[in-house]
Amino acid sequence: MQFLIDSFPLLWDAFLTTLSLSLLAGVLALVLGTLLAAFRVSPIPPLRGLSTFYVETFRNTPLTVVFFFIIFGLPQIDFAVGFFTGSVLAVGFYTAAFVCEAVRSGINAVSAGQAEASRAIGLTFGQSLREVVLPQAFRSVVPPLGNVWIAMVKNTSIAAGFAVSELTASMQRLSNANAGELLLVLVAVVVGYMLITLPSAYAISRVERRVAILR
Amino acid sequence: MSAPVLFDVPGPKARARIRIGTAIGALVVLAIVGFVLVRLAGNDQLDPQRWAVLFDPGSGVPQALAEALLRTLKVAFVGMVFATLLGLLLAAGRLSDHRWVRIPVTTVIEFFRAIPLLVVIFALFFILPSFGIRLSAYAALTGGLVLYNMAVLAEIFRAGILSIDKGQREAAFGIGLRKSQVMTLVLLPQAVRRMLPVLIAQLVVLLKDSSLGFIIGYFELLRQARSLVEFFIPQFGNQYTFQLYVGAGLIYIIVNVLLSQLAKLVERRSSSTTTASRNAVVPANTPSVTGAAGGPGS
Repeated sequence: MQFLIDSFPLLWDAFLTTLSLSLLAGVLALVLGTLLAAFRVSPIPPLRGLSTFYVETFRNTPLTVVFFFIIFGLPQIDFAVGFFTGSVLAVGFYTAAFVCEAVRSGINAVSAGQAEASRAIGLTFGQSLREVVLPQAFRSVVPPLGNVWIAMVKNTSIAAGFAVSELTASMQRLSNANAGELLLVLVAVVVGYMLITLPSAYAISRVERRVAILR
Repeated sequence: MSAPVLFDVPGPKARARIRIGTAIGALVVLAIVGFVLVRLAGNDQLDPQRWAVLFDPGSGVPQALAEALLRTLKVAFVGMVFATLLGLLLAAGRLSDHRWVRIPVTTVIEFFRAIPLLVVIFALFFILPSFGIRLSAYAALTGGLVLYNMAVLAEIFRAGILSIDKGQREAAFGIGLRKSQVMTLVLLPQAVRRMLPVLIAQLVVLLKDSSLGFIIGYFELLRQARSLVEFFIPQFGNQYTFQLYVGAGLIYIIVNVLLSQLAKLVERRSSSTTTASRNAVVPANTPSVTGAAGGPGS
């Protein structure tokens, strides 16, 4: 017990780092992913191509490699970023591809009549997407987006390999220093992740039920 | 709903606008690419001599990268085989009629789906030694991949089994097969076939995750690139650093794209025989606690 009290500040800091890393990357991924999904269904072929290329590339690149390119590659074009910022960018860019796929599946799930009707009353592409299709699409993609969010929280652990002292890194550090308390360290770190994922899962199912469209 | 519903077939004016948009878009992309190239060139990263090292057998680099690729594939392959086998077992266990099988199996699956893969790997690598079990980086990486992915694959198989029409099961029991026979002879073959695209997608995730070996010091592609960099630094400084990392990253991407294309091919082949597969990727009663199949692994 004493050990947990002693290392609590370190674990708490690590937890907050994981949380802020997740939240920042999550916002980046959500905005970029939605934009990419809009590109994907747009009338302009190059935008569709760009979005497809982005999604295919990032879905097929290991997150570790994305980290590498951002943290060690960007300095080569004179854009050095810090480890934390770099981690946010890496996780955010990577997850955006999955957000795009989820939102796109939501757009495809909106019945064609909705889009036809909005076209028929004279809305433009942007208007029908913004006012009619996307609001409905987002309602139906709450569960897949929730899955993406939870997987992303777990993926932030890779930042441990790139000098960000988040939960997994604290596990490595504490287990090196406290050989006797290793299981406690593991439990503390796992609890840290669950403090984020379990309430998220609960919130997601609440939101899902609340915004579900009854057809 | 397919995309073209959202906009009319473009007329002459719209086509002109689209052409202008295309041109502007192309210019912006070109400007970004050009900017990156100029900056790279400004830092002398585009010097052909620097890239030649990736292909020059005399430097030992191609051989080292090829070996690293083999090691990556080895981890991924061993991981895939064991994760698939254990995933099948766990899926059957979770669907068992006996509560004393079902509950522990469900706990194991949910536990490994809920924690990050890297934590599993760290636990094997840093925490097991204190109990007298010392694993090599290879064993820890493979073990972590197996433990994590068997849970994910178990859910995929379970979804597949549950998506099989009830009549199949009833008919199998009707002709007098035993429970295990119903599972192995009737349900599993259909489920595996139906879930093949998702299965391959998850195997791509597994292959990608093998890059985590970098963090615990298994000499997969990235780690190999790094050790080559460190090897070259005393002689050449950072001359080849960027090139080696880019090379290793590109190999990863190429292998994964190939595997993804295979998944698409299989999906197209099998989509003619099954239609339910896509609707059944995640069964209704799966708690959305973790990224299920198709979710972003690392």
